[in-house]
Amino acid sequence: MAGVAVSTTINGDAVEYLCQPDETLLEVLRDRLGLTGAKEGCGTGDCGACSVIVDGRLVCSCLVLGAEAEGRKVETIEGMAHGDQLHPLQQKFIEHAALQCGICTPGFLIAAKDLLEKNPSPTEEEIRFGLAGNLCRCTGYDKIVRAVQDAAAVMKGA
Amino acid sequence: MVEVTLWGSLSAVAGGKARHDIEAKDIRELFRKLAEQYPGIEPWIDRGIAVAIDGTIYRDTWSKELPPGAEIFLLPRLAGG
Amino acid sequence: MNFDPRFTGRKFSSVGTRPLRPDGIDKVTGRARYGADFNMAGQLVGRVLRSPHAHAVIKSIDTSKAEKLAGVKAVITAKDLPDLTDGDAAMYDILDNSMARTKALYDGHAVAAVAAIDARIARQALKLIEVDYEVLPHVTDVDEAMNHHAPLINDAIFTEGLEEKPVKASNVTKRTQFGHGDVHKGFAQADFIVERSFKTEQTHQGYIEPHACVASVNPDGTADLWVCTQGHFVYRQHCAQLLGLEASKLRVTSSEIGGGFGGKTHVWAEPVALALSRKAGRPVKLVMTRDEVFRASGPTSATSIDVKIGATKDGTITAAEATLRYSCGPYPGSWAEIGAMTAFACYNLENVKTVGFEVLVNRPKTAAYRAPSAPMAAFAVESAVDELAHELGMNAVDFRIKNAAQEGTRASYGPVYGPIGIGPTLEAVKNHPHMKAPLKANQGRGMACGFWFNFGGQTCVDLNIGMDGSVSLAVGTVDVGGSRASLSLVAAEELGIDYSQLKAIVADTSSLGYNDMTDGSRGTFSSSMATISAARNAIKILRDRAAQMWDIPVDDVVWEKGHAIAKGEKYGNLSALSLKDIAAKSGTTGGPIAGHSELVADGAGVSFATHICDIEVDPETGATRVIRYTVVQDAGKAVHPTYVEGQYQGGAAQGIGWALNEEYIYGKDGRLQNAGFLDYRIPVCSDLPMIDTQILEIPNPNHPYGVRGVGETSIVPPLAAIANAVSNAVGVRMTHIPMSPPRILAALDAEREG
Repeated sequence: MAGVAVSTTINGDAVEYLCQPDETLLEVLRDRLGLTGAKEGCGTGDCGACSVIVDGRLVCSCLVLGAEAEGRKVETIEGMAHGDQLHPLQQKFIEHAALQCGICTPGFLIAAKDLLEKNPSPTEEEIRFGLAGNLCRCTGYDKIVRAVQDAAAVMKGA
Repeated sequence: MVEVTLWGSLSAVAGGKARHDIEAKDIRELFRKLAEQYPGIEPWIDRGIAVAIDGTIYRDTWSKELPPGAEIFLLPRLAGG
Repeated sequence: MNFDPRFTGRKFSSVGTRPLRPDGIDKVTGRARYGADFNMAGQLVGRVLRSPHAHAVIKSIDTSKAEKLAGVKAVITAKDLPDLTDGDAAMYDILDNSMARTKALYDGHAVAAVAAIDARIARQALKLIEVDYEVLPHVTDVDEAMNHHAPLINDAIFTEGLEEKPVKASNVTKRTQFGHGDVHKGFAQADFIVERSFKTEQTHQGYIEPHACVASVNPDGTADLWVCTQGHFVYRQHCAQLLGLEASKLRVTSSEIGGGFGGKTHVWAEPVALALSRKAGRPVKLVMTRDEVFRASGPTSATSIDVKIGATKDGTITAAEATLRYSCGPYPGSWAEIGAMTAFACYNLENVKTVGFEVLVNRPKTAAYRAPSAPMAAFAVESAVDELAHELGMNAVDFRIKNAAQEGTRASYGPVYGPIGIGPTLEAVKNHPHMKAPLKANQGRGMACGFWFNFGGQTCVDLNIGMDGSVSLAVGTVDVGGSRASLSLVAAEELGIDYSQLKAIVADTSSLGYNDMTDGSRGTFSSSMATISAARNAIKILRDRAAQMWDIPVDDVVWEKGHAIAKGEKYGNLSALSLKDIAAKSGTTGGPIAGHSELVADGAGVSFATHICDIEVDPETGATRVIRYTVVQDAGKAVHPTYVEGQYQGGAAQGIGWALNEEYIYGKDGRLQNAGFLDYRIPVCSDLPMIDTQILEIPNPNHPYGVRGVGETSIVPPLAAIANAVSNAVGVRMTHIPMSPPRILAALDAEREG
């Protein structure tokens, strides 16, 4: 199969790659660009571990084709911190022990960032439904919800 | 001399008896003497037997001494998650 | 073991605090490397061909077309994994499970594998492999498999543990029995008897990270394996044995692990990846898909359990009996045995008898899942206990308190208990505000107890002190839930230094002596014991170096709060030397300073928990909602309380999923119908409330700090606690897990029809 040439922006940087027409954005990120922060937990859009933001929209990168990133802006976990300054959500996830094994953490952080950008003061219920597309098997979600609540409070104060 | 109690299934290969008086100073000697007396026990030892001494379960410390008068109970060696 | 593990009751300065975890930044920035995040030069992609049949003879496999496809570098079948197990039956089963040899024994059983230059070609190649199957009748249900007419899965298996040696082969591999006293006599004394049968369906650990590894075998017999595992040393032993490699020449590095819960204690794809790499002469990456994880890794047993409990009017249990049938998949296991041991472990019983049957079925080989086998037994027993309390007109908590095991009680599995926590957890629950909170219409409250053994095992730790006084701690137990933080706290405590001076890592198999797996809640228990021992060995050296620096006898040097102190009035002018001071001079006082320890951490303390749960049931749809949940559990000593809470909450959440939703559904064709997270639905954030925790600390007498394992017990009570809550909400005893809406509706309909 002939490759598709794609020009896109990833975490603010211009990126060009060739990919197969049936190759997912997740495969491109992980296998072609070395951005392994997005994880494949299912490959069917059920677990959210591969969450990225494309043009301001939260998506499962396993359900997006690499070719579809043409001309768009992609945000991944690798771009969430500014230099050595962690995003408040990243900081609060560590402080609240909102991760155990950590495999779901990049997806949760991306989903939570998207949630707080759209709703800076979510209720507990809004957080729970906002993050319902991301599976975590270790924590029972308790500490994740608390970390997001705390991060929201910090971000509003900032 | 210590009194050793075997769990139900193990006693079936030890002459059908649950309680045995055995002259043994530690777990290693206990296993050796049991196997001498009841060769059918040997494959069970290979598969793993845990020894509870006064309620504390030892799985691998075969050098553990068996204090006289202690409660000695043999159990299957378990798998965990 | 030259180490005294006894509890000393010391005061702590680091242990019990809640510092940030050392692997936190890597995990929130995406830098942490898991099984699939590693690559090697020239790496190929491995893919596995799996049987679509539940039970079939493999008559022949033709791989010639696949081999000819451009880009395919190796195709293997069982022939490429010759039997080197030398009569070791358990290893033979692992080999056969990795790659079917003569028969496919379940839907998803591996039959061949390819390595190709990319995933597309590998997938195409699988389609070109021709397998000629002779399909056999199959059986997937545990009760049906015990039926005399059921298809035989292995005609060489005769039930072990029967009084008379069986003459016919059977799907029942083993009968086990535990107990003491005389249950017939006990039931004769009872005023009330409850007798019921229960079923639980098969569930999966549901770790979010699929199994993944990169294998590289060199022509000189050396090899490397990068893999997500709960026990890289055990994987090394198994892979070396199956591949005919020398263990010390196979270096296994454990990646960050994206959840295991018992499911990553067993090899499946790893021997296949190594065999592919050996044949292709190149590194091979093999990552399971989610579908493969469900169909072909190691879920828990499906069970069928009968329970009978009798009590006198005053609420004393006089006898308890259970028969437990657990599915093992197509290979023998000891899962019912564990159920039979744990079933009545919470209670003080004069007469108790449990019988376990291990049952073969055409499903994947059962693997451990967090306190394996205990949750199902607890579901049956704790449901019956609740019902009996109800019949007696006693409060369910009071009834349990009256019959709870305590120090000196003979456990139902045999030995006599030391200090244990079941009584305190029950008292804590009785006094918990949750028990007094009002309930609304269609809501019910349930509670239940749970027990788990906890393990110790072989453990090895290295502690190295840098010349700048920083300390690295290399452990061999994989960190599944924050143990690097806990073990750093323990080392800091022992050395008397600040947590921030330490960094803990999980060492690979070539850098450290053998360690058992992180299973049986042993990670922090065992490795903390070895860490304490290693730190004490390092302190001996630190004292010696200080003595040299001062030119005084080492016996006059003591170690206090991170400093060497010269003891005695004659040394009044010598100011204390810090660890940092001593490390800075180490080059001229004898070289590097390190502490090493290898030991068998035995004497793990048993663990108990009691959970409370409020459930709301919609009587129209059978849908349920967890309104409130509380976990009370004995930790012995919580080294890092935040991560102990995390274990409690995570176990409860898994138990909630098991109780209400999760199950393997097989079709009549013996194929798994729901091999994905859409149809096998684990709890999501919006399904759950906050999960309250209360940590009790009843010290384990066999650990210097009193630590018990904490990882597993939290999954034991939820099935029963939730079943009791649902039963209290709808007024019908629920006997089949999961209590999915259709099952609840069916129970309600049956009740209405009388």
